[in-house]
Amino acid sequence: MDKILSVLKDNPRLSDSQIAAMVGLTEEEVGERIADFEKSGVICGYNTVIDWEKLEETEKVTAIIELKVTPRKDTGFESIAEEIMAFDEVESVNLMSGGYDFSVCVAGKTFQEIAMFVAKRLAPIDSVISTTTHFILKRYKQDGILISSDCEDERGADIL
Amino acid sequence: MIDYDSLMNVTARDVPPSGIRKFFDIAAEMDEVISLSVGEPDFQTPWHVRNVGIESLQRGHTSYSPNRGFTALCREICSYYKRKFDLDYDFRTDVVVTVGGSEAIDLAIRTLVNPGDEVLVPQPSFVCYVPIAELTGAKVIPIVTTRENEFRITADELRKKITDRTKLLILPYPNNPTGAVMRRGHLEEIAQVLRGTNIMVLADEIYSELTYNGIPHVSFASIDGMKERTIVVNGFSKSYAMTGWRLGYALGPAPIIAVMTKVHQYAIMCAPTTSQYAAIEALRSGDGDIAGMRDEYDMRRRLIVSGFRKLGFDCFEPEGAFYIFPCIKNTGMSSDEFCERLLEKKHVAVVPGNAFGECGEGYIRVSYAYSTGHIKEALRRIRLFLKEENLM
Repeated sequence: MDKILSVLKDNPRLSDSQIAAMVGLTEEEVGERIADFEKSGVICGYNTVIDWEKLEETEKVTAIIELKVTPRKDTGFESIAEEIMAFDEVESVNLMSGGYDFSVCVAGKTFQEIAMFVAKRLAPIDSVISTTTHFILKRYKQDGILISSDCEDERGADIL
Repeated sequence: MIDYDSLMNVTARDVPPSGIRKFFDIAAEMDEVISLSVGEPDFQTPWHVRNVGIESLQRGHTSYSPNRGFTALCREICSYYKRKFDLDYDFRTDVVVTVGGSEAIDLAIRTLVNPGDEVLVPQPSFVCYVPIAELTGAKVIPIVTTRENEFRITADELRKKITDRTKLLILPYPNNPTGAVMRRGHLEEIAQVLRGTNIMVLADEIYSELTYNGIPHVSFASIDGMKERTIVVNGFSKSYAMTGWRLGYALGPAPIIAVMTKVHQYAIMCAPTTSQYAAIEALRSGDGDIAGMRDEYDMRRRLIVSGFRKLGFDCFEPEGAFYIFPCIKNTGMSSDEFCERLLEKKHVAVVPGNAFGECGEGYIRVSYAYSTGHIKEALRRIRLFLKEENLM
């Protein structure tokens, strides 16, 4: 993997000059490379993994919805995916192999809100055959980052 | 009331405790401490290696191993030294598997040194050589290494310290705490001084897999004529992130290894069996893991060296291990003062350089066996510290 990308993926808040030191380029070169990656769509965006549970005022419920669909005659799965991903409530859409077609991650304030979204927005889409909703009860790891984990640094030998 | 002090072995009683200790104690009492003080990898042992250890337990391999270590492991160690350093060691006679590199150091010194013998210890260096040598009744002769010589020992310095009582030279490279590396040319110069003497060498190569800038480690035993006078110490702790498994080894001339094995047999019996099984797997299929960890350390090394230099410190670029050893003399503080104040004010723990020998005064050891985020936060706090102390 490109070194800049591998550094950036795990440490998006490093400055260009810090990344430059790590990969052995100049700050300007790093800035240019990142701009190129953004322009060409290799870097699609930047995301922050937040443990919403820790913020009491925030209510957030997430569900994974399995969708079975009938591919459309001309556009197959593409136009169905486009319809689904247009909703703000939808966090991710993936075409799957196996027992169903789309895995859709939906976020809302309450269980009720998500249930209504599925019933009123997803299920009625032309070509959708069935939906199965799985609510996420607890997140342990997301995008490679541990959530709510108490991994303490146990290293403590005295003479090293 | 028993006066315990009067009952104890005088040398053991009077050996000073490690200088790193008090900082650990203070740091342990504080909240939100960012530590850059630990001398072991932050990686976990690669899964396939752990798994072989687990499987060995499931299969009930819970007995002692042969004293010198499993033959399969001795074979793998010798084949590793052949593969990496083109050295031929006989797995039947030239290797003993120990409880960490530390035990191998202890065995080598106890096996070679008589009371009154002189042991040459380059400094700054790992804190165990001096006390162990002193426990055998040796006279320790420090060889000061300097920033100007990139913390390498030089032929001149070595020559000055040799007397007719000199028994052993410790060669701790890649070096903890400085990160210095001795390249082939530097080792040749040392070898030239030793040829024709009876001085033995303990080459502590525990960081041999962690060298950077494309400079592979050169084993001192591979220098012409040096194998016969060198005991190589290495292990699994740093290269495979296996510190807690406590497994290392020594390679050397058969008659010396035989006596080391005898001492090991009486004192320790054998190294942990589970760890030995895991180590066989590490040597057979762990090269990729080492490369991955080395790349990660290298990026952190560059980040932290550049970070310290931007803060205005003179920071030697280390070519091995996972420490930097920046000079803090420009702050006007002693090593102890700097570390104590930084810990107190900004809750960042680093180790004073004088813990590694008097000549380390004016320096600090900073470990980069920590995540990039952790290092970044530490650098941020050190910057604030310097600003508040009006040092930048």
